[in-house]
Amino acid sequence: MSKNAEVVIIGAGITGCAAAYYLAKKGVSVIVLESTMIGHGGSSRNGGGVRQSARDVRELPIAMYAIEHLWPYLSEELDCDIEYHKDGNLRLAKTEGHIKILQNLVDASVAAGLDVRMISGDEARQICPYMSEEVIAASWCPTDGHANPMVTTLAFYRKARSMGVQFITGEEVVEIRKDKGRARKVLTKAGNCYEGETIILAAGFASRAIANTVGIDVPLIRQNLECLVTEAQPPMFWQMLGTAEADFYGHQSKHGSFVFGGSSGLEMFVKNDNTAGESTSITAASVCRGIMKYFPSLADAKIVRHWSGFMDACADHVPIIDKVDEVPGLILACGFTGHGFGIGPGSGLILSQMVLGEKLCVDIPDLKYDRFKAKA
Amino acid sequence: MAAILDRNDDLGGFRPEPDDNLIICRCEEVTKGEIRRAVHEGMRTMTEVRRFLRVGMGLCQGGTCGRIVKGIIAKEMGVKPSELSECTSRGPARPIEMRIFGNEVADDE
Repeated sequence: MSKNAEVVIIGAGITGCAAAYYLAKKGVSVIVLESTMIGHGGSSRNGGGVRQSARDVRELPIAMYAIEHLWPYLSEELDCDIEYHKDGNLRLAKTEGHIKILQNLVDASVAAGLDVRMISGDEARQICPYMSEEVIAASWCPTDGHANPMVTTLAFYRKARSMGVQFITGEEVVEIRKDKGRARKVLTKAGNCYEGETIILAAGFASRAIANTVGIDVPLIRQNLECLVTEAQPPMFWQMLGTAEADFYGHQSKHGSFVFGGSSGLEMFVKNDNTAGESTSITAASVCRGIMKYFPSLADAKIVRHWSGFMDACADHVPIIDKVDEVPGLILACGFTGHGFGIGPGSGLILSQMVLGEKLCVDIPDLKYDRFKAKA
Repeated sequence: MAAILDRNDDLGGFRPEPDDNLIICRCEEVTKGEIRRAVHEGMRTMTEVRRFLRVGMGLCQGGTCGRIVKGIIAKEMGVKPSELSECTSRGPARPIEMRIFGNEVADDE
């Protein structure tokens, strides 16, 4: 086992695994270090959305590029059915206030070049007939979709591994150390030292403490999120769903089960010592109530399981994907704030391009690590 | 804390066995051969195999097949079953309808 590679990636989530794959494809040697197991953080715990609508325009170009150029071909490329559906996203409104929220989101997305528009409740019910009459309008983005986040992450891992990328799990990174002014060494809790010419830090919330060891700080906090899954239902619809108030979102999977994420409104105040990621007793039930208001016919669907995860919430809710000027050789990819899965393949490709000094597939000038300023 | 595991360890390659078509996870209809192959392709924890193949994701949540799956993975990896960590158990304890699950708050009406 070699402890040297051209690139060392910290974190084997969707971002790290995708970056490893695209680097391996370009012939670059890569070591990926992971503290727990492959895709054990947000990558396996999210709702599987691959959407552009309602995405912040600062990261929207990554999603638009990935949905046009990467997602449709991933199953074939990774030799694995990642259950990708490109059947559109409905974001639902029940009140005039909701319509206003959606209209603002639509206006921003359209200005950024996305095909998304407002439709009436009846038009929405033509697309998805199972919705309650309470839905009076929706935003509709026909090119959005969803995929299986667990399988997608593991498929990137499996493919990258088969191409020679070294993955080491159970290696908790505690420090990045510079050599001659450049980020070079990656030290682990077990006392091992790995070396790379470039180091990609894609470890979710843990990225903050690791970046601190080379004097770089980024404004991230950990925030709890929960999802649930039903037993298999007959095939009903393939659209990705969301609501104006984001009280739930979800889709029906290939397996037939519905996966929904949502909130209780109290996740900011989950006990700080909840580091194991236990789900709370209140959220899943609250999400069920949200779902039933929009989809009454699902009231008899049985919940099989609910789970939680942490997102690395960034101060301005969009990620940091950038080379660090003060620490040459270090690239940060963190702060995805709960929507890193849909742009995961795009982020991975961009990271591979950053490493090799290639022109990036899209411009992301607003995702720099040093954009956070105190009030003037 | 998870033990350090080099994922590129060679387990000797996947060799077909006569009982590979045996269904191990009855809820999700996953066979022994699929589980064994997944281990050789890099899935080295109960949780990874589960997430990749849906083993134990059905109505019984692995209550029936969990121990058998663990034995198959351990044998393929050449370790004792006790060295593998269990998947996280999650609520609800039994599948339960949304209308009941979501009804823990008093109705205002």
